[in-house]
Amino acid sequence: MTTEVVRLAHGGGGRLQAKLLDEVILPALGSPARGAPDAAVLDAPDGRLALTTDSFVVRPLFFPGGDIGRLAVHGTVNDLAMAGARPLWLTLGLILEEGLPLEDLRRILASVSAAAEECGVQVVAGDTKVVEAGRGDGAYLNTSGVGIVPEGVRIAPDAIRPGDVLLASGDLGRHGVAILAAREGLGLDPPIPSDSAPVAGAVAALLAADVPVHALRDPTRGGTVAALQELADASGCRLVLDDAAIPVREDVRGACEILGLDPLHSASEGRFLAAVPEPAAEHALSVLRSRPETAGAVAIGQAEAGEPAVIRRLATGVERRVILPAGEQLPRIC
Amino acid sequence: MRHLDEYRDPALILQQAEAIRAACTRRWTLMEVCGGQTHAILRHGLDDLLADTVELLHGPGCPVCVTPTETLDQAVLLTRRREVMLCTFGDMLRVPGALGDLNAARAAGGDVRVIYSPLDAVALAREHPQREVVLLAVGFETTAPAAAITVLQAEALGLSNLSLLVSHSLVPPAMEALLTDPAHRIQGFLAAGHVCTVEGAAAYQAIAEHFRVPIVVTGFEPVDLLAGIRACVEQLERDEARVENRYDRAARDDGNAAARDAVSRVFEPVEREWRGMGRLPASGLGLRPAYAGFDAVARFGIASPATGADGPCIAGEVLRGLRRPTDCPAFGRECTPNTPLGAPMVSSEGACAAYLHYRGGA
Repeated sequence: MTTEVVRLAHGGGGRLQAKLLDEVILPALGSPARGAPDAAVLDAPDGRLALTTDSFVVRPLFFPGGDIGRLAVHGTVNDLAMAGARPLWLTLGLILEEGLPLEDLRRILASVSAAAEECGVQVVAGDTKVVEAGRGDGAYLNTSGVGIVPEGVRIAPDAIRPGDVLLASGDLGRHGVAILAAREGLGLDPPIPSDSAPVAGAVAALLAADVPVHALRDPTRGGTVAALQELADASGCRLVLDDAAIPVREDVRGACEILGLDPLHSASEGRFLAAVPEPAAEHALSVLRSRPETAGAVAIGQAEAGEPAVIRRLATGVERRVILPAGEQLPRIC
Repeated sequence: MRHLDEYRDPALILQQAEAIRAACTRRWTLMEVCGGQTHAILRHGLDDLLADTVELLHGPGCPVCVTPTETLDQAVLLTRRREVMLCTFGDMLRVPGALGDLNAARAAGGDVRVIYSPLDAVALAREHPQREVVLLAVGFETTAPAAAITVLQAEALGLSNLSLLVSHSLVPPAMEALLTDPAHRIQGFLAAGHVCTVEGAAAYQAIAEHFRVPIVVTGFEPVDLLAGIRACVEQLERDEARVENRYDRAARDDGNAAARDAVSRVFEPVEREWRGMGRLPASGLGLRPAYAGFDAVARFGIASPATGADGPCIAGEVLRGLRRPTDCPAFGRECTPNTPLGAPMVSSEGACAAYLHYRGGA
């Protein structure tokens, strides 16, 4: 039996493309039937609109703890959540490489569908293109998301004030290490699972509990350091991390030690950092810890007045500034 | 990580730092030879903790930093050949040569693969019999055994599509060169523990005796490093100069005979150019005549392009411990990890990168 694969004609606009849409893509996503208008027309609830877009080019497509489909939904939903928005709708752009097994496409779409349902969002529009073999890594996904920011919510990096406590919603740096290990076949046993997960529910819970959240940021590409550096630059605050409090799983620390990488430069896909006023910090932590996806939430540092910078305060009292790595982190020589 | 955490215990670190302070009647100047140790010193703030007691100079032990421009340029030239797949460690990708860096060579269409072990090159050569796999073999005594085993495996498997661009360096000749420089300020050495796991601490005996300088074999964790520094200053205070192994949980005095044997079967000592230090006799490894068939330079007839100067970069003096990264007018300004002028800013083990990373900008 030959494996069914994506062919160039699947992207040609003809009968084969119609078949792919009708038999594979639309049923998987539970989307409105084909023949709907070129643009989705949606009834927006009250509040301000939040809009974001993200493209996913991860290799391998399937990795411990997730796949490109889940990642594409979580990434976009989480970006909306970082603005305090309730995610409502997604679009899905598929760029498929000729030769991709249809079975893989079905798995990816099933993941998109399951993740969207988990996050309470609908996939309302999309697009499919096919590129020649060798011109892609199997599949690239683009997701755009629309959400609603409730009245009265203002969450922005420049709202951070000296004295604010910095929270991490769980262990940091896991996704980047999981992907690197899977891509390079490092053979870690057991494999490190990605932390890919939606965080919108946890953010909604904070807002519902009247936690006056000043800023939120998901530490995706560039990891925790990049996220905090942006917050420092935007707020003009010096962000001081308590080195001993930074939550990193032991297997992630171990893999980073071997490879000469820093877990704080490694991406998370199911975590967020929050800045809240000090008096609200304990309450915020108890709200987060009551939910399974943020049960590991901890305070990792505090904002101070001073030159914008990210500082790691070691347990010996010595302060070390942390800066962004130049481009991608690469394993060292010895 | 349990075992590692013992060597990072803050209470132990502070206790050791205090013991060093108590042992010193004056401020001593020590050099750690290895870039991994430089990185650990800066990362854990040991330079700050000991600021009033010990000045730490950072030596030339960053393999990426000392790899000469010529080798990088040869690697870039190889990537321009369609049949070549060049394999290298990740941190070699951004080292600037006269012809740009390997990242740029990759962007220009060259097939450059990041590997985690030299043996990955053997696997790639087997998977891609139609390609010419070239291993950019750089590093010190620690990485040479794996490169040697790569050659031996390729030979055993009869692989004819694998070759090496060899630029391995040896640490002791570099230490001798540093000590013969009249301007040097080195009063004691912290020798790299992992070099000794291969070569054995005995490799340093002659240097300690000849130059009257204490050499303490030291590990890479803060508690290890402080134990090494303490042993070194205690020798200096007692006017002693001998080799002392403070990393005996990993490094034996006689090293690893199997690794040494593999290296000496495949390689022989040769004169080697060190970036910033010039040509040092018997300071590198080259393929023995019996393995000349694995020499990528000969196989592809790669020319040795003229070596370019390092420009305003003072990398050579930094690598010799004569000046600090922060003494460089370009440090943190024109020269950053994004726009490195010299190799010590590129490698995560380079002194300039470590200073910028852990102590901030200019």
